[in-house]
Amino acid sequence: MQNPPQDKKRRQFLQAGALAAGLTVASGVLLYSVGRAGARAADQPVSDRVRWGMLVDVNACADGCTACVEACDEEHGLTGFGRPETDAQWIRKLTVRDRVGGHTKSFPVLCQHCENPPCVDVCPTGASFKRADGIVLVDKHTCIGCRYCMMACPYKARSFIHEALSEQLPHAPRGKGTVESCTFCVHKVDRGDGATACAEACEREGHRALIFGDLNDPDSEISRRLARHGGTQIRADLGLNTGVRYQGL
Amino acid sequence: MTTAVSTADDHRMPDLPAAKGERCVEPTEVMRRRHAEFILHQRDETVHRGIRTQKHRFVNCIDCHVQRNAAGVWPRHTDDDHFCSVCHLYTSVAIDCFQCHADRPHEAYPGGGKSAHRSDRSRLGMSDLHLERLR
Repeated sequence: MQNPPQDKKRRQFLQAGALAAGLTVASGVLLYSVGRAGARAADQPVSDRVRWGMLVDVNACADGCTACVEACDEEHGLTGFGRPETDAQWIRKLTVRDRVGGHTKSFPVLCQHCENPPCVDVCPTGASFKRADGIVLVDKHTCIGCRYCMMACPYKARSFIHEALSEQLPHAPRGKGTVESCTFCVHKVDRGDGATACAEACEREGHRALIFGDLNDPDSEISRRLARHGGTQIRADLGLNTGVRYQGL
Repeated sequence: MTTAVSTADDHRMPDLPAAKGERCVEPTEVMRRRHAEFILHQRDETVHRGIRTQKHRFVNCIDCHVQRNAAGVWPRHTDDDHFCSVCHLYTSVAIDCFQCHADRPHEAYPGGGKSAHRSDRSRLGMSDLHLERLR
């Protein structure tokens, strides 16, 4: 199934109307924030007024800490088979070393939730898709397991399930023969948590290296921090406009 | 065509395990014919548009319909006393839902099989093998 066609003109018209209505309700105060992050009703579809993103503060990320990886594995029931080459991994810690001076940095890499995702470009069945709110997902009902997306992803973010599974969690269906990757905890986002399991775990550890939020909301913490200090994309040269940004890299 | 709910002395029809709730979200006759339609529709709405209404939610079907069997054990989809299997074996219609989806309700999981909230600590406790992989 393809993404529903977005009627830009109609949406802009509706937004303009909503803005005008906001102004009449209380002059000078925009009610634009209503309907943003977390406030969506269960019967309402996601909209592109929100774009979910994550900021990774590399300087706050602790060497040797894998709380984010463990929290992700636990949240989605990602149990390994003792085969690290092929076991599913949605978020992983990388350590990079500067050849000059030998300084090392450790930080997590996950699906970057690109605005222009190569995985979606190459998918022959439309199983790889981007939700209106910027979350890149695999519809496993449509995935045929060809793994083109795994080859296309510059971030090595996707995993293929090789083995039959039997202990899946109710909120995280996954099975043999399909490709999967970070979902930005879409089940948590949809119920209004406003945070991913990895970001919550990082906060519990006291590092706060992962900030999840709405990139379209100028008042969200992620937007404020990006506005103040900027952020970098891994492989920015590819022009993918990633939803995951790094500071201190 | 509608069929009556089976009774213990009617061996021609499958004997469905009792659900937890009092009433289904649709009349039995409707569900019997159209349950696949409902969950297929909800599937696309949920995956692609993020719509998560409760009425035809697959997880809710499982939470209500799959209950402990006579031996006090949670049946798996491969068992012939699992709610879905009872009819699907009878009609020889193979389903692949449970290759990915949980075939047991939340309460069958240690820790409730729930997704974590901000304040939660470790819920499941991962195996040694699993922790080894992370290192």
